[in-house]
Amino acid sequence: MRLSRKQLRAWSEKLIELAIRLCGISAIVFVFGIFFFVFREGAPFLAKIDLREFLFSDQWIPTSQTNPRYGVGALIVGSVSVTVLAMAIAVPFGVGAAIFLSEFCGPRAKEGLKITIELLAAIPSVVWGFIGLSVVSPLLIQVFHVPIGVNLFNGALLLALMSVPIIVSIGEDALKAVPDTYREAAVALGATRWQVVYRVLLPAAKNGLLAAVLLGVGRAIGETMAVLMATGHSIRIPHSLFDPIRTLTATIAAELGETSQGSEHYQVLFLIGLLLFLITFIVNLTADLVVKGIRRK
Amino acid sequence: MSQNPAISIETRNLNLWYGSFQALNSISVRIPHGRITGLIGPSGCGKTTLLRCFNRINERFGNVTTAGEISILGQNIYDPGVSLIELRKSVGMVFQRPNPLPISVYENIVFGLRIHGERRALGRAALDEAVERALREVFLWDDLKDRLHTRATRLQLEQQQKLCIARLLPLKPEVILMDEPCSALDARGTHAVEELMQALTGQYTIVIVTHNMAQARRVTHECMFMLMGELLEHCPTRDMFVHPCHPKTAEYVEGRYG
Ligand SMILES: Nc1ncnc2c1ncn2[C@@H]1O[C@H](COP(=O)(O)OP(=O)(O)O)[C@@H](O)[C@H]1O
Ligand SMILES: [Mg+2]
Repeated sequence: MRLSRKQLRAWSEKLIELAIRLCGISAIVFVFGIFFFVFREGAPFLAKIDLREFLFSDQWIPTSQTNPRYGVGALIVGSVSVTVLAMAIAVPFGVGAAIFLSEFCGPRAKEGLKITIELLAAIPSVVWGFIGLSVVSPLLIQVFHVPIGVNLFNGALLLALMSVPIIVSIGEDALKAVPDTYREAAVALGATRWQVVYRVLLPAAKNGLLAAVLLGVGRAIGETMAVLMATGHSIRIPHSLFDPIRTLTATIAAELGETSQGSEHYQVLFLIGLLLFLITFIVNLTADLVVKGIRRK
Repeated sequence: MSQNPAISIETRNLNLWYGSFQALNSISVRIPHGRITGLIGPSGCGKTTLLRCFNRINERFGNVTTAGEISILGQNIYDPGVSLIELRKSVGMVFQRPNPLPISVYENIVFGLRIHGERRALGRAALDEAVERALREVFLWDDLKDRLHTRATRLQLEQQQKLCIARLLPLKPEVILMDEPCSALDARGTHAVEELMQALTGQYTIVIVTHNMAQARRVTHECMFMLMGELLEHCPTRDMFVHPCHPKTAEYVEGRYG
């Protein structure tokens, strides 16, 4: 009786261990599974196209009966420009907020602000899209007298708001990780708070802050619904901040439902997915390596 | 030793509380100019706290209240008109653990000049000269003259601590506060820092907290003995170690408690 109970315990221990192991492995399995699926759907077309034309042509006419063209150049420019502009807005705000949270505000205000920022992160992207359409767009038309309110700037503004929470929370962690002895050394030499920030903290935390920005980039470049709704969805290379654009993600979301499975158009859309996969993978990997760089020190 | 040296730091009825805990109790002391004054006493008696009053760096923590008066070179440092920046420029501090900033040796030494923005001192040549002078003063020039651009945090601990002293010097401080500056160093490093302190006497008023009685005897001119937030005794070092006035002091310096 005793023995069997012992055995039972040993067995259940093993079982639990197995379950936990499966959970851990499943994450890897899923990622590879998704990659494999996307690759399988898109790969046949890789053999058929001229890669240079695919990447650099701005002719995206997939539904033409006689001469369909599949150039994603304009879409890449759209994705990159909206992301870069979003970061130009989000980085100063995000890093500024992180500095304020970690160095300047009291514990009470800090709690309040952090909760608010987390709320900002929890807003679904389709709601951001709504805001872009119904609030930002008329505002842009009114303030800047532009003909179309759904455009590059509108999308970038939304993406900025969506990536600020990430930049703030990772950036604050990076600043918190700077040893207090550095601050004390600078203060004892007569540095003002602001001098401590830009002469000591920013250099000491620059890797962590860079990682924060890269994770923000990853968030912005992969975002779909908000940019689909707020950027105007028109294929062209933008010449001003207020030109409508179209992104890689929005193209997939908008067109995949209308293609027949296995058609060229369908395969190209998966190829775009693969391209996005590659971009976010590189961005995340860089962020990861940068963060590891900090830990090693 | 002159009989009536000028006074560098003077406190009158200094009290300090961390929240409701009183860490300093009515401290009145006069610290002579150009000498090395030791601050000894068992752990937790308030040595660090007292030292950190002299450059008001205690106030970094929100829960500190102070009452009483501290004058440094005749100026009450709690006067509303006193600039903390100027105070800290003339009262430098060396910490228990060497804490060079994670930048180059060179930048560590010119850090003070840069933040105090003395325009005329910011030319390349002037900075180079300040670095060389400061490093020579702490006997590091020969060791480091070819490594001015290595990260200061990569140096040996002893070199780091000397560098922390060197970076105070370009600001021409009146007072240098040292909180157990040798506790992280080995015997050789301790010896080197002690030599350095002796070389710096005369120009600077040095106040040093130490746990090491032998060190207090070797390097200080005067000693203050603290116990539970109170100053029990303050006299020339020789007197304190040979015939202390207070029985508690005698017990402590003979090593009966620590
Ligand atoms: N930041 C602080 N907050 C609260 N209490 C403190 C703080 N710093 C020191 N104390 C307390 O004040 C007393 C004196 O500390 P300290 O000056 O560091 O002693 P010493 O340097 O002589 O060992 C100790 O009892 C310590 O616990
Ligand atoms: Mg101490």
